Order: sequence, then structure tokens, then C-alpha cells
Amino acid sequence: MLAMYKKELRSYMTSMAGYVFIAFILLIMGIYFTAYNMQYASPDFGMTLSSVTFLFLIITPVLTMRILAEEKKNKTDQLLFTAPVPVWKIVMGKYLSMVTVYLIPVVISALYPFIMGRYGTVSYSMAFTGILGFFLLGCAQIAVGLFLSSVTESQVIAAVLTFGVLFCSYVMNGIEGFFSDTALSSMIAFAVIAVVIAFGVYQMTKDMVLSSVVGLILVGATVILYIVKASVFEGLLQKLLDLFAITNHYDNFVGGILDVTGIVYMLSIICIFVFLTVQSIQKRRWS
Amino acid sequence: MIEVRNLVKKYDNHTAVDHLNFVVEKGKIYGFLGPNGAGKSTIMNMITGYIASTEGEVLIDGHNILSEPEEAKKKIGYLPEMPPLYQDMSVTEYLRFVAELKSIPKEKREQNIKEVMSTTRLHDVKNRLIRNLSKGYKQRVGLAQALLGYPEVIILDEPTVGLDPKQIIEIRDLIKSLGKKHTVILSSHILSEVSAVCDYVLIIDHGKLVASDSPENLSRLMSGTNSLELTVKGEQQEIRNALALVENMEDIIYHESIVDGACDFSVKIRGEQDMRENIFFALAEAKCPILKMQPSNMSLEEVFLKLTDSSQEEGGENSYAGNV
Repeated sequence: MLAMYKKELRSYMTSMAGYVFIAFILLIMGIYFTAYNMQYASPDFGMTLSSVTFLFLIITPVLTMRILAEEKKNKTDQLLFTAPVPVWKIVMGKYLSMVTVYLIPVVISALYPFIMGRYGTVSYSMAFTGILGFFLLGCAQIAVGLFLSSVTESQVIAAVLTFGVLFCSYVMNGIEGFFSDTALSSMIAFAVIAVVIAFGVYQMTKDMVLSSVVGLILVGATVILYIVKASVFEGLLQKLLDLFAITNHYDNFVGGILDVTGIVYMLSIICIFVFLTVQSIQKRRWS
Repeated sequence: MIEVRNLVKKYDNHTAVDHLNFVVEKGKIYGFLGPNGAGKSTIMNMITGYIASTEGEVLIDGHNILSEPEEAKKKIGYLPEMPPLYQDMSVTEYLRFVAELKSIPKEKREQNIKEVMSTTRLHDVKNRLIRNLSKGYKQRVGLAQALLGYPEVIILDEPTVGLDPKQIIEIRDLIKSLGKKHTVILSSHILSEVSAVCDYVLIIDHGKLVASDSPENLSRLMSGTNSLELTVKGEQQEIRNALALVENMEDIIYHESIVDGACDFSVKIRGEQDMRENIFFALAEAKCPILKMQPSNMSLEEVFLKLTDSSQEEGGENSYAGNV
């Protein structure tokens, strides 16, 4: 794991990608910091942090697109996966190296509240809670990028996929607004999701009986639950979609609340996507 | 050392490797021989644990490559068809990385890298970026990577492809010297290479083992009987009469010779006896001087073509798989 970590860190530090990534974050953050905290003299660093979250859409793919796609393209993955190292260690080494690169601008941004402190009263605990949230948010998005880099050989496709997925997550609030939050529409949406799951099961197992049973049970459960207690469904679809809006879970940190559910949410996202990355690599070996 | 049992690899409808069985013993050089697309690389990728088999198992020194991957992979050094090199690293950096990846103890690492570099003669280029190296050097860096940690088994997939003749000879000599300490498996579609380097040949076609034996045995077994090529001065009938007196003659075939006043003969001899002396004396008595006498075992090339052709025609049913 350490070998992989050091290798990736060195390759970020000897190529453009790492520096572009760091410089871009610092540039955007510097502009917003100057505008909000210096010019407007706002003591709220969290506001600056929440205004710059859009930069992850551009910057995450820069960091993550090559991480696994390039290995596959150059066939260097043959070295990694025939070495006496389990796959998860290689994936973890790669992930931690990206987190380390990301940590550099975060640590630098942690100096900004002190600059503000020279000119007035700043709540450091609020500012650093915001920075912690910002760090976790970045880590979660990097995990998503890592996974998407493992599904393709092409860096461009990996970058576009990462951008697309993160963009959908970013505008999820807007997407939620498309659906009405009545119990009926929510129930129908869940029934559709149940059918999609059944179709997915069929794609994986090619077993008609199993997938129809799964589909019928899920649709049946949804409909029965609706008949028994319709109020459960009110706004449920919105709650479900909210799970995919990574940035939403970061808002509490910005407000200066050390949100445990937020931390748990971010860590779960990281674990799920690192796990999915390992699985997608394993699957390729078996197909 | 390596045991392959009933190995199958299927890609959708296509069977790349079809129920393969063989055992690799310690301290020998084995050669996989087969036309392009025969499944050699797939077999190697399965032995090294890069891809999983559809059926069957691979045991490395008793460790299953899928259920105990770490123990098994520790014993293998692998050079894939395309050397897995990071273009933006220098040779030393790359070897350090691989040494660490293979978890060679820290105190032994530098020593080990030095030794491997001198075996593969990489000292001159050790600080150059891999991207800037020639194909031959890249291949050597790949080989050095496989040797790191001195694994017991070294697997080389087409190690001489794309090299110039001088480099090919160098790599072959290197492989031969490796064979003294390690078990080496290499694949190739070049017959002369396999017969020059390997102690044992496994001929593979359409994912099946068509034949396996030492190169000498294979060519002898395939030609069936001993046969000789003769050029003798004298009249055809006279020579025939003289040869007829020799024992164990199975067949004498006359060819026109390019030499004036001489005849060419192909002689087949029953059994394993060496009849060359008898033929010499018989013809000397008849006062027919021998201008040329040469044993003509079937070359490995012919064996190979014959085996891979016939297995295509008969679907490999009557294929010969010898002393596996």
C-alpha cells in the first residue's frame, strides 16, 4: 500500500496534474476569499467555502481521471495485480495519495481565518468546522472519481463521467423540484425503481424467474405500503434523491455545526465508492 | 512447482483455453509454443493470477492462485507481452517501486536492485526515463522487474518479440542462465527460439495442449523412424544392391542428384539402431564413395506445423500429448 501511495504521490508532484489541481483550488478560493472576507469584510469563512463547491466539478476529474484508467490503458495493471498485494491495498494507496494532494490546498486555506483574525473577531471553531466539511466533501467526490476511473480505459471518458455524475449530484436540489411530493407520485416512482431493480437483477443473473419474483415482491410491497399507510410516501422520493446530493450534506458544516450525520454520510460515500472500485477491478478479472 | 488442472477460460461463446492439464517441474526451462491466438498469453495471465479461470485451478507450489493469491504470487515473476512500465519514471525509480510493491525487506532492496541491474546490464541507463529507452532496453527493464526478489518461477510472455538479432541472442543467453536457478516458462511462436532455449516444449493450439516433450524427443517421435540423407557416387542399381545387404533397411528412395555421376537417396531405418557404419562399409565394399551422409530427423518446425494442422482437421481428438 505504501509503495503505491508513494508512487502516485510522486507522479502527481512530478507532473502537471497535481499542480494544476492545487493551483486551481487556491486561485478560486483566493478570489472568493478576497471578495467576501476581505472586500466585504465578512467574518464568515464558511460562506466562502460554500460558494466555491462548484470547483469540484472541474477539478475532481483532473485529479482522478488517470488514476486507474491509465493503468489499464498502458497495461501496467498487469504488474499491480500480479504482485503479491491485495487489490484493496492498491486502491487504498491510490485513493490516499489523491487525498494527500487535496490536503495541501485545504491546509493552506486553513491559514485564511488567521489572516481574517488580524482585522477583527473571527469564530475559529466555525471556520475550521467549515474547512473540515470542505475536506470531507472533497474526499467523497474524489472517491466517486476513483470509481469512475476504474470502469473505463479512457481518461477522457473517465473525466466526462466524473463531471456528469458530480454535476447531477450538484444540481440534485433542482432535480428534486421536478417531482411533486405527493404520496401517489412518490409511490409510482418507487414502483418504477422496483422494476428497474428487477431488470438489473435479470441483466446480472439472466434468470427470468428470479428477477420477476424480485420485481413482483418489490412492487407489491410498495403498493401494499401505500394502501396501508400512504403518508409514509409523502416527500420520500425527495429524501431518496437527497442521498445523492453530496453537497447538501455539507451545508451544516458551513453553518459551523459539527454534524455527525454529515461526517457519517461522507465516510459512507468514501467507503462505498472505494469498495465499488475494488469490485469493478475484481469483476474485470472474472469476465 | 506449478500444477495446472483442467483449466478453462471462456469469453462469452469463445473458448480461449480448453481443459488444459500440465505440471511444471522445478529448475527447468519450459516453452509454450503455438501460433498467434492459440491462448498462450491467456494461460500465462491465468497462472500469474491476472485473470481468473472459468473452470479448473492453478497451484503454485501447492498454493491456489485464487484462494491464496499472496503466497502464490510471491513465487512468481512475470513479464507480460507488453512490459508494464511507467513511462515517466527513471529505471532506478521504477525498480525501487516494484521492489517495494513486492515487499522485499528494506535492507535487501538496494542490493537486490543492483544485482538485477547487473544481470540485465542496465547500469548504463539507470537514471534515464523509461520513456526515452529503446525497445530492447525496455524489454530488459521488464525482465529486471520480473527478477526482483528472485521468485522461484519466472514467466516470460514472448520475451524476444521486437528485438534485433543481437538483443535476441543476449536475452536468450540470459534466459538460459536464469534456468540454472529458477524455473522459467516462456512463450513464443518462434520455433528456433524454443528449441534453442527450452528443456521442455508444450505445443498449444486453440487453447489445447497438442504435444509436450523435450524438443529432441518431439522431432524424433514425429519422424517415427530414423532416416538418413545420402549422396553416393556410382550407378543407381549398383548402390541399391549394396544397400540391400545392410540390415534393418525399411525403405530406400532414389532422387536425382545435382552432383554429376552421383545419386541421392533417402533411407529409412527400422528401430532405433544407428546403421551409419554398416552403410559406410557396405558401400565401401561396392567401391561407391559416400559424398554426403546426414541424419534427417523432422525439424521442430515440421513437427509443429504437422501437429497444429492435424489438430485443426480432427478437432484435436487424436492429438498426441506425451509424457506430461
